[in-house]
Amino acid sequence: MPVEVRLPTVLRSAAGGSSSVTAEGATIGEVLQNLIAAFPAMAGQVLTEDGTLHRFVNVYVNDDDVRYLEQLDTKVAEGDTVSILPAVAGG
Amino acid sequence: MALLRSVLDLIGNTPMVEVSELSPNPQVRIVIKLEGQNPGGSVKDRIALAMVEEAEKDGRLAPGDTLIEPSSGNTGIGLALVARVKGYHLKVVLPSNVSVERRQLLEVWGAEIIESPGSEGSNGAVRMANRIHQEHPEWVYLYQYANRANPTAHYEGTGPEIWRDCPEVTHFVAGLGTSGTLLGVGRFLKERNPDVQVWAVEPPAGEMVDGLRNLDDGYIPPIFTDLRGADLLDRKTMIGPRESIEWTRRLAEAGVFAGISSGAAMAGAARCASSVERGVVVIVAADGGWKYLSTGAWTDDLDVVVERAKRTIYF
Repeated sequence: MPVEVRLPTVLRSAAGGSSSVTAEGATIGEVLQNLIAAFPAMAGQVLTEDGTLHRFVNVYVNDDDVRYLEQLDTKVAEGDTVSILPAVAGG
Repeated sequence: MALLRSVLDLIGNTPMVEVSELSPNPQVRIVIKLEGQNPGGSVKDRIALAMVEEAEKDGRLAPGDTLIEPSSGNTGIGLALVARVKGYHLKVVLPSNVSVERRQLLEVWGAEIIESPGSEGSNGAVRMANRIHQEHPEWVYLYQYANRANPTAHYEGTGPEIWRDCPEVTHFVAGLGTSGTLLGVGRFLKERNPDVQVWAVEPPAGEMVDGLRNLDDGYIPPIFTDLRGADLLDRKTMIGPRESIEWTRRLAEAGVFAGISSGAAMAGAARCASSVERGVVVIVAADGGWKYLSTGAWTDDLDVVVERAKRTIYF
């Protein structure tokens, strides 16, 4: 199932400048792996070498951070939007 | 009302008011804690006072000393107030793209502003302050993102106040800036009632902050990691600028004049209310609307204001 993946500015150059791409997958883990397969320059930026979510990356399905859902096992369905955002502070 | 000795005694003990008329679910009440009632105008007065008093107690801070702190505004303003009253000098590393009123308030209380690149957001301000502190170890660096007095101020103040005024709370929703409010209040409320759910609200700030070179420029406050924030939070939800402004306006229609991050928290509360059957959602309104009048948030065309908000740091 293809879903829309919105990319942060820092990852756009790895995707030919696109701010949004599509990727296949039934879970967030699958979507991110397919994303990296399509855009190898993102390797190491989104997932770590051992396949976990990069510490400074927040991934949202629609508006929910997947770390507080099922992490990489969080299911995605057609029509969902996945957003990748860098961790930023406030205060 | 008692007659107080110092303006600093006005910090904390803020009022809570019901805004359930804005709840999308008639079975869910929404209660808002008005941190704009603090004398420096935001929730950050609490941590400013707590961090300064802690540093005074352990001897790190002595009369006449200079403080340096990175802040997108409110912590700086709170520290400027405390520093002015107690006689310290303050230098605030402030991203260039905050509202003009934040800058003006720092000037009111005599803080020196060191500008950091707006495109790097708060992360850039933190990096610059770290660097300056290395060059000037004689300046006292309270470092709100790693200072335990930050969450402790909420564990000992904000949390107990909420429990005292609204023990029927089922959900607590607040913005995730330094994470101090969520860590302190969240832990306190869960100790009293383990069923309380803690929701964080975050703006998609990463979209606006395009000066990050790569994802390793990301930043997680050390207190969030040290105090196992990821285990405490039940959910984290992203609220964009449009929703934030829309809910800031709805709050004003209900008579509550609050800042844009309060609109984001309110949007989170509405989302929370829609997702549960019944309950009482408590949110923190971090500041009042005064510092955002120049953004036209209430009066200008919504599309124009949303575009403006995308370039402004309001958390």
